[in-house]
Amino acid sequence: MLTAVLSGFALAILAPWLTGLFKDRIGWLLALLPLGLTAYFISHVPAVSNGQVVLQSWDWLPGLGINLSFMLDGLSLLFALLISFIGTFILIYAGSYLRGHRYLGRFYAIILCFMASMLGVVLSDNLISLFVFWELTSITSYLLIGFDHEKNNARKYALQGLLVTFAGGLALMAGLIMLAMAGGGYQFSEILASDNDLLTSSFTVGMILCILLGAFTKSAQFPFHFWLPNAMAAPTPVSAYLHSATMVKAGVYLMARLNPALGEHPLWTTLLCSVGAFTMVLGAYRAYSATGIKKVLAYSTVMALGTLTMLIGIGTDHAMVAFASFLLAHSLYKGALFMVAGILDHSTGTKDLTLMGGLRRAMPLTVIAASVAGLSLAGLPPLFGFVAKEALFEAVLGAPWQGAALLVAAVGSSALLIAVAGSVAVKPFWGAPGDTPRVPHEAPLGMWLGPMVLAFTSLLFGLALYVPDTLLMGAAVTSVHGAPVDFHLSLWHGVNWPLILSFGSLIVGAILYALWRSSRAPLARVNERLSRFGPEAGYFCLMKGLVWVSEWQTRVLQNGLVRSYMIVLIMTTVLLTGYTLLSQHGLYITLEISDITFYEAGIALLMVASVGFVILTRSRLGAVATLGVLGFSVALIFILFSAPDLGITQILVETLTVILLVLVLFKLPGYSHYSKGYQVWRDSTVAVLFGLLVTLLMLSAFDVRYFESISSYFIQASYPEAHGRNIVNVILVDFRAMDTLGEIFVLSIAALGVFSMLKLRAEVPHDA
Amino acid sequence: METLMAYVIGTMFGSAVYMLLRRSIVKLVIGLMILSNAANLLIFTVAGLVRGAPPLITEGLLEPATAITDPLPQALVLTAIVISFGVLSFSVVLIHRAYEVVGTDDLDKMKDTDT
Repeated sequence: MLTAVLSGFALAILAPWLTGLFKDRIGWLLALLPLGLTAYFISHVPAVSNGQVVLQSWDWLPGLGINLSFMLDGLSLLFALLISFIGTFILIYAGSYLRGHRYLGRFYAIILCFMASMLGVVLSDNLISLFVFWELTSITSYLLIGFDHEKNNARKYALQGLLVTFAGGLALMAGLIMLAMAGGGYQFSEILASDNDLLTSSFTVGMILCILLGAFTKSAQFPFHFWLPNAMAAPTPVSAYLHSATMVKAGVYLMARLNPALGEHPLWTTLLCSVGAFTMVLGAYRAYSATGIKKVLAYSTVMALGTLTMLIGIGTDHAMVAFASFLLAHSLYKGALFMVAGILDHSTGTKDLTLMGGLRRAMPLTVIAASVAGLSLAGLPPLFGFVAKEALFEAVLGAPWQGAALLVAAVGSSALLIAVAGSVAVKPFWGAPGDTPRVPHEAPLGMWLGPMVLAFTSLLFGLALYVPDTLLMGAAVTSVHGAPVDFHLSLWHGVNWPLILSFGSLIVGAILYALWRSSRAPLARVNERLSRFGPEAGYFCLMKGLVWVSEWQTRVLQNGLVRSYMIVLIMTTVLLTGYTLLSQHGLYITLEISDITFYEAGIALLMVASVGFVILTRSRLGAVATLGVLGFSVALIFILFSAPDLGITQILVETLTVILLVLVLFKLPGYSHYSKGYQVWRDSTVAVLFGLLVTLLMLSAFDVRYFESISSYFIQASYPEAHGRNIVNVILVDFRAMDTLGEIFVLSIAALGVFSMLKLRAEVPHDA
Repeated sequence: METLMAYVIGTMFGSAVYMLLRRSIVKLVIGLMILSNAANLLIFTVAGLVRGAPPLITEGLLEPATAITDPLPQALVLTAIVISFGVLSFSVVLIHRAYEVVGTDDLDKMKDTDT
């Protein structure tokens, strides 16, 4: 399985080169990889549908409990099959859609990376590797939405998608860590199998909120749904693949994966049902009111994601069956319809549904694919979409939480969806010819093959229910529910409530479709009003606020004045260190004068007096000379307190310094007084506070000794090992010789710098 | 003596900060000098001040016969003195050069990259 996941990344590296080599046929070549992966996953179907779970693990960072471990159970297998199966046709389709595009190689590299990451998400058994793959899908999605990077909208909405999903990703990481802490491990297989009660841990509420935040942003649930329709700025193959069939389902996948462990929690049920149902209705309504074909499909994807979330929240065994069948049905028809949308865009030159009509003569093949997929979207027999819709109604009828409200929401959304299906699958092809910018023509084989295969898979699954029922969904339902569910899908259950509801929604949907054209203008007005208060307006407000804050803090903190940088640094140090010192250690002021000789006190006094004079004097020479006094006093301290080497060095350096200053300073201007009165007071306060902090720190530090000095080793080894009697010298040139070498380098560099600044002069052009 | 030195060093640090905050670039250099002296003294003092026990080994012995002061901080301070001299000479020449090029010794006027 490691090979299955990583092969996508490997091929991605080769993709640009292969694209150069194979030109227009590249799509067919690259599609062999997902085709092979599909075959590989199909080969696991018999074992997994019998209830086996394949676990494989490779050590990655074993010290941190992070492994590249993979789990293939029913749920993962269903997702993996969708990813690789739909991916095959997307790659072929993209080859025709982007034929001759300058960056086709780049496109394939990113989309292959995405495919591999997405497989990683659904196959990961380890929470951390799941998170890594999860974020990789966000990054590749960003790159793909912004693929037409010369367009402003593409860049803007790519960033929007990235920020929304990354914000959720951060929350998700926190949530996953809490999950690992509460569940006692980083492996899904361990967390789900252990009898650790996740629901009673002190982290439970925070964990659920964080994980759901991650899942909701990724799966475009209200109020984060707005990034998904905007992501339609991407090329159509990307919209078909990432933003309807796979990536946006990552959040749904995660919720389904964790449902057996967290499904019993009331917060989980409430949030999933309410947010999911609201998203479902909102998506259905916006899909009905939109006119751009990609927007219509995007909003109907939002509706589908809401439905899936709600079904997980309902949590009964009927809901799980509905979840799996809706997931399967949606991926098939939505992938097909998106590709049809791309074909229409390509051949008519517009995305606006109101301009299209009567295309069936020009595009006989596309119309077949679109009709079959549209029938599945509308939920008509004998398509698989019908089975999914029946299952949805049955699940909602049995919902334990707010069943009536959910039922109204589900039936209403289905009716709207039927009208939507009409607008994308009937409206463009029938009726009077539309007024399109280009003369419509049939798409090439590479473009119609994908939608045709996906649409007819829907038909096949609807007619041969044994295939999805037993082979694909059985084990998936078991994984989501946590226990095996006995169920059999069929097209005809007799006359029962789901069938009546289905029929009712069909009639309402047909009426809504009849009103489609006349309802455009009023709905557009309503939406415009609503969007002023929608979450997207909030997003843009937030972005503006962020920019404003960063401008403000740059203006205040990065004002170019050395002085204010220093004040900020020093005051931060004073406040943080001072607070810690006072709160941890308390105030400790003492002065022992009993052991001080008079000449020591004299030196101390001289030092204080000389720094005072340096501050107050107006004469440069006086200041430099007094600095010399200070330096020699320091040397005296060194000599008095058993440090002859330091004393000697200090005297040498101090002499050199005074000479240097006298030589250079007199080429500089006088000892200017620029500061105003209040500045002097402010700076004095800062200075006094810092001096006070140092004194207090020192007074407190004398008594503190956390561990033995390592000097005893140097003292003992100095003569026997290094044959030196001056221990300080031995340390410098022997024990710590590398430090001294570094010091020599520093001095050499400083000398080079001094030399170059004094001797080398740049030629300054005087052309201004 | 350590406690007295704590006050002296505090005064030196305070004065150094005050000088670093001046607008005159010459005073910045002076502040830098006081700061390096103060830092060296700080390290030296907190290691403990001992009179008349230099870290030397008398001729003929393998180890010092009597207790001596800790040699390690001295080694550190020795390095620091030399490095601070390097820093100081570099900054003095840098400031000299900056004054030549920019034509002012007022730090507030050196706030843009293109002056």
